[in-house]
Amino acid sequence: MKRIYVNEKWCLGCHLCEYYCAFANSGKDSMVKALKNVTINPRIRIEEHGGISFAVSCRHCEEPICTKSCITGALTVNDGVIQIDKDKCVGCYTCILTCPYGAIVPSDTGAIQKCELCINNSSGKPACVAGCPNKAIVFEEKE
Amino acid sequence: MAIDFLYPEYEIKRDRDKCICCRVCERQCANEAHWYDPELQMMMCDSAKCVNCHRCVALCPTRALKIVKTDHTFKENANWTGEHIAEIYRQAGTGGVLLSSMGNPKKYPIYWDKMLINASQVTNPPIDPLREPMETKVFLGAKPGKVEFNSKGEIKNNLPPQLKLEVPIMFSAMSYGSISYNAHESLARAARELGTFYNTGEGGLHEDFYKYGANTIVQVASGRFGVHKDYLNAGAAIEIKMGQGAKPGIGGHLPGIKVREDISRTRMIPEGSDAISPAPHHDIYSIEDLRQLVYSLKEASDYKKPVIVKIAAVHNVAAIASGIARGGADIIAIDGYRGGTGAAPTRIRDNVGIPIELALAAVDQRLREEGIRNNVSIVVGGSIRSSADVVKAIALGADAVYIATSALMALGCHLCRSCQKGNCNWGIATQRPELVRRLNPDIGYKRLVNLVTAWNHEIKEIMGGMGINSIESLRGNRLMLRGIGLTEKELSILGIKHAGE
Repeated sequence: MKRIYVNEKWCLGCHLCEYYCAFANSGKDSMVKALKNVTINPRIRIEEHGGISFAVSCRHCEEPICTKSCITGALTVNDGVIQIDKDKCVGCYTCILTCPYGAIVPSDTGAIQKCELCINNSSGKPACVAGCPNKAIVFEEKE
Repeated sequence: MAIDFLYPEYEIKRDRDKCICCRVCERQCANEAHWYDPELQMMMCDSAKCVNCHRCVALCPTRALKIVKTDHTFKENANWTGEHIAEIYRQAGTGGVLLSSMGNPKKYPIYWDKMLINASQVTNPPIDPLREPMETKVFLGAKPGKVEFNSKGEIKNNLPPQLKLEVPIMFSAMSYGSISYNAHESLARAARELGTFYNTGEGGLHEDFYKYGANTIVQVASGRFGVHKDYLNAGAAIEIKMGQGAKPGIGGHLPGIKVREDISRTRMIPEGSDAISPAPHHDIYSIEDLRQLVYSLKEASDYKKPVIVKIAAVHNVAAIASGIARGGADIIAIDGYRGGTGAAPTRIRDNVGIPIELALAAVDQRLREEGIRNNVSIVVGGSIRSSADVVKAIALGADAVYIATSALMALGCHLCRSCQKGNCNWGIATQRPELVRRLNPDIGYKRLVNLVTAWNHEIKEIMGGMGINSIESLRGNRLMLRGIGLTEKELSILGIKHAGE
């Protein structure tokens, strides 16, 4: 399955991935409309310290702990992609506690949000990958 | 300074309606021209720090930024231009020599743009390169003057070493130091994929790049940085740099701050020391001396590598080239006054040297007249801007061309001409690790391959139009060129007729 991988060697810490993510999941048709005067809450986040930076988003683990921890069955694996059913999520945040990557965060509505590889939004393919200026984030099949 | 006599040359224009304050401009500007003001909740900028490199413009996700040339003006006139006035203020403020980079930007004639290419009509029909074979392969090196036989009557192989180029385009010398590790890796990988060559420049060859040796030309310049036996044998050819088009008669100076661990090891000089290339080679004061160096290098490389001698295009270039050909060089590289540099005194860059078109025509003509044209190949550089320039250069008599400015532009260079500052936002002319990282060679090499492949397609199209199916038939074929708006003297130096003749 194709997954998002990051290569910190090429990450510039420009944070564009966060903005492209926030825009792709905003449902708006222009980035200005979506993000002007907004504090973004993206599903991918740059971790940086001492000159090293890299983007972190859901790894779509083969044996995910988050789905096992979900008390309502809101998190499910569909064709390898871990997806969230926001109608089922009760906001207990157990998944946030269990995710070893810190890739799940609360959404602005109370339910959790996480990277779903942009399959359910207007982008259709990972917007962070398309927007990365230095190929530090790639979407590919690996062993 | 209490009074700043100069208003910024460029202004950063931000469309506040579009700016989402993502701060990518701030994070990507090594000149610190942008910043976020949390009190005003707005992006701010200082145009005085902007070098017009377009890094922020290219990365702005909402296209909220542009850079414009200021319309603020001095009370200038035809004699005292704004440029002259500004430079006087700068020098009065600093007491220093003005430094610039990249090529001569002045309004001298560009002869490429005053030559037109022929095409076939009715007789000698044009060729469609998509349907018929079209050869752009070139061999550089001395060609034997006669066929020799051994005592058994078999043909002797008397062919001196050659460079085989799949395209008549090579990447010219840029040292590791003047450009970054990632820029070098991009050039090396592109040269390998294209079947051509890149050039180490005078800074030695990084140990990681020995594996690209078959596509590398190693340079020996006046500073002799990083020159040792393995280095000489690592490449496919050895180039002696006598001069550079951007700064003929001038050496080089890589500031100590750029001489970090890697570069210090590659150049074989102490870390942090200035790398100064003298203006002359201290062992070359005549053609005979040059010949000694040519043969020393041939000896060191077992006569297996062609030796290139690179000179700047200057007034007596034809006589100099003749001397070089007689000095035993296999290839002569000539660099025109538009050629680029990482740093040169502005006055030298803008006022010294001659156009490559005239130098090339003069050299080719002189070597033909002396009957030694086949003893050497001619490579020209110094602002080859397009495939049309390549075709015209070859028709004037070049065997191949060197490109560097165009290659750097493929890697992202926006000709901001601030290389000497070492803050290249595109990761090219810098050694700051966080900036070097911005040039991912996986992207860079592909863009170089794209550029040269595109040019090669165009060269084939243009040759096809002339009814020529091999670059060999184009070389020195000046009948394929016509001058436009040129004087009799210019036409006679170029050896071409005027349009309509």
